[in-house]
Amino acid sequence: MSKRNDDECAVDRRNFLKVIGVASVSTTIPGVAIAAETTAMGHGHAAPALGSRPGYVFLNLDEGGFIEAAIDVLIPSDSTGPGAVESGVVIYIDRQLGGAYGSGARLYLQGPFQEGEPEQGYQLPFTPAELIKAGIADVDAYALEKHQKNFAALSLGDRDAILKELDEGKATLATVPAKIFFGHLWSLTQEGYFGDPIHGGNTDKAVWKMIGFPGVGNIYTDAILEYRNKPYPVEPQSIQDFS
Amino acid sequence: MATKLKPVDIVIVGLGWTGGIMAKELADTGLRIVALERGIQRDTDPDFVSVTKDDEVRYVRRNELMQDVTKETITFRNNTSQTALPMRRLGSFLPGDGVGGAGVHWAGITWRWMEWDHEAYTRTVDRYGKSIIPADMQLQDWGVTYAELEPYYEKFEMLCGTSGKAGNLNGKIVEGGNPFEGLRKSEYPTEPLVRTQANLLFEKAARERGLHPFPQPSSTASQPYTNPDGIDFGQCHYCGFCEQFGCEANAKASPHFTVIPLAKKNPNFELRTRSRVLKINLDSTGKKAVSVTYLDARGNEIEQPADLIILSAYQLSNVHLMLLSGIGQPYDPATGQGVVGRGYTYTNSGGATLYFDENTHMNPFMATGGTSSVCDDFNGDVYDFAELGFIGGHQLSAGHQGARPIGYHPTPKGTPKWGSEWKAAVARSYNHTMGIGGSGAVMAYKQNYLDLDPTYKDAFGRPLLRMTFDYTENEYKMSNHAADVAVEMAKTLNPKSFTRNTKSGPYSIVPYQSTHNMGGALMGTDRSTSALNQYLQSWDVPNVFVLGATSFSHNSGKNPTGPVGALALWAADAVKNRYLKNPGPLAPS
Repeated sequence: MSKRNDDECAVDRRNFLKVIGVASVSTTIPGVAIAAETTAMGHGHAAPALGSRPGYVFLNLDEGGFIEAAIDVLIPSDSTGPGAVESGVVIYIDRQLGGAYGSGARLYLQGPFQEGEPEQGYQLPFTPAELIKAGIADVDAYALEKHQKNFAALSLGDRDAILKELDEGKATLATVPAKIFFGHLWSLTQEGYFGDPIHGGNTDKAVWKMIGFPGVGNIYTDAILEYRNKPYPVEPQSIQDFS
Repeated sequence: MATKLKPVDIVIVGLGWTGGIMAKELADTGLRIVALERGIQRDTDPDFVSVTKDDEVRYVRRNELMQDVTKETITFRNNTSQTALPMRRLGSFLPGDGVGGAGVHWAGITWRWMEWDHEAYTRTVDRYGKSIIPADMQLQDWGVTYAELEPYYEKFEMLCGTSGKAGNLNGKIVEGGNPFEGLRKSEYPTEPLVRTQANLLFEKAARERGLHPFPQPSSTASQPYTNPDGIDFGQCHYCGFCEQFGCEANAKASPHFTVIPLAKKNPNFELRTRSRVLKINLDSTGKKAVSVTYLDARGNEIEQPADLIILSAYQLSNVHLMLLSGIGQPYDPATGQGVVGRGYTYTNSGGATLYFDENTHMNPFMATGGTSSVCDDFNGDVYDFAELGFIGGHQLSAGHQGARPIGYHPTPKGTPKWGSEWKAAVARSYNHTMGIGGSGAVMAYKQNYLDLDPTYKDAFGRPLLRMTFDYTENEYKMSNHAADVAVEMAKTLNPKSFTRNTKSGPYSIVPYQSTHNMGGALMGTDRSTSALNQYLQSWDVPNVFVLGATSFSHNSGKNPTGPVGALALWAADAVKNRYLKNPGPLAPS
């Protein structure tokens, strides 16, 4: 906790969890934390689906807080539609990192390792779980040095600026290449946000509703002609709706 | 120490489209056939009828139907001055894994390649002279013409229930079809797929520019269909989970419910799944294959002797096995000598993305892998190579393939990469955007090739296949031309905005482009430039046939499965009616 002592804005996550008495995933972000509390107290929107039920299988609470703080910048909640945090994207990322993908399924990890050209693709010895874990520690150290605060405790603007530095490869991190860490984080964020809720993100299919994607299990044999160049306003269905 | 089994007559290595076709065509010979497939068996019911099949995370992001690179992958570099490094995860292309192979997850697009493609060298030199061919380009003929293959193209389309519209029926140009295609003796077995809004807009723009649009032929049955073998196809659902997915309706033709069940009816046929072939063993002369060595499901090393061996794995795996087994002389780019690994080619592209206002509804999720409209006005030898400055051509098309939202959420130029503005652009653009894309040819060049990597090994201790590949001026010019035409068409349609998309910089193995890897063991009539004769038979080891796009001497501006299927039927005919009666070389060397 000592890392957060100088941060008046940050919510003390562990004490917060004790207060509300559930193993809830919350956030260090003021405002969002309130929304999360409301949900936990039963005053929020519909109960989360099974896959998005709070609780981490892989991330520690600091890492969860970091990811929430990052994805809240990447896809904020606004009048267009849901943000990544309320869409359960951190749960998606947690499940992915704790599962086969995170531990390097379908990733060739035999050496020797050497940095290649960008066209040669990923060439690091890290599994995705190792990469994200190391990258979070790296970016926190970078934020501490630059702003004397953990990444999660920074203002939206400062977090956005750091994410840009990562994306553009302008930040030099201790362990992992900034651009590669950001690429993985952004990719996972989009997967959780746009993917089927069965995997933990896209809560209430709200992202699919926002863009007008009707989801899965559809037979459009007649609709494709009937609705050509017309709106197709249907309630999207997820894999869960058939389960 | 390998366990040596009793000999069989024929071993088939890999059971996708080509291996499945060979197994089915040889089923009534009475010969004992064993198919070895590295992956598992999947069936429409229960594997694809469940809604769990419509899972973009599982099948597109995590590649469940695809080759597992922890077991087998390749190394890659753009040129010989670089050190090739492993393709550590799939990206640019997606070889399939399991019974049916890539035929389970393909998009269903089924072309007959253009007449020019089969005789690219002869037809180019006849029209322009040798001087038009760039010094590093290896332009050559297949040794079999379109006219010779026509009955096999037809047979493959009938097998697949291909939806489409003929444009050249017995020499008569038919309105609404492709006027530039080679002569067809029959109409497509099923009607074209339903035209989408993007298709109609493309067709309108094409006609206004004097081009000749037509519906893309696609083996997703537009209506219920029974093929000549009595296999029933359901009507396509346009469900949007098509390419990279199995089909729940048996509308998308796949070997797993067509040729393979027919092969299995043969009591002399045996399929061994989870059986990974490591090597083909030759006798002491090096001119005869005697057996294959494989690992069975439990990891035991098995030697299976056979009289005839059919290599019908994915293109890259075929070349890998030939190099590991010493079938044919490896290609040396320094001298130009050798044939195995020669002529590796891939895919090219260029186009435009068009952003319309909210009054144009694309419904991009109602789609198959093949719901596109196409024009061939700049493909094959329809256009003037000398005037446009490139050889091979591109095929312009437009249509959506399902618009699953992780992979498809386009935003106009100038949109920030993330944040509220990005999200608003995503929401605004999703249903109102289309692409016009040129799928371009890639020719063979002396510097692009496949060989064995000196450093990296697969999970079984074998050297990885090494790919050395980049584009040349020919491809960049073609890409830019496709983009120019697409932009002109875009302007005709007056969208809110559009972007111009071209190939720039070296080929990258990271983003998905297409699973259209070609060459490495070309077919031809000259054994100094081809590893296989025109019947796909190894010149050096005549009891080995090598099926698939491995044999293509360039990549056309068209998807490859049509000729892959037609050539498998052509080779099966040659094996059945000529080779088995008198085993030996089928062509004079």
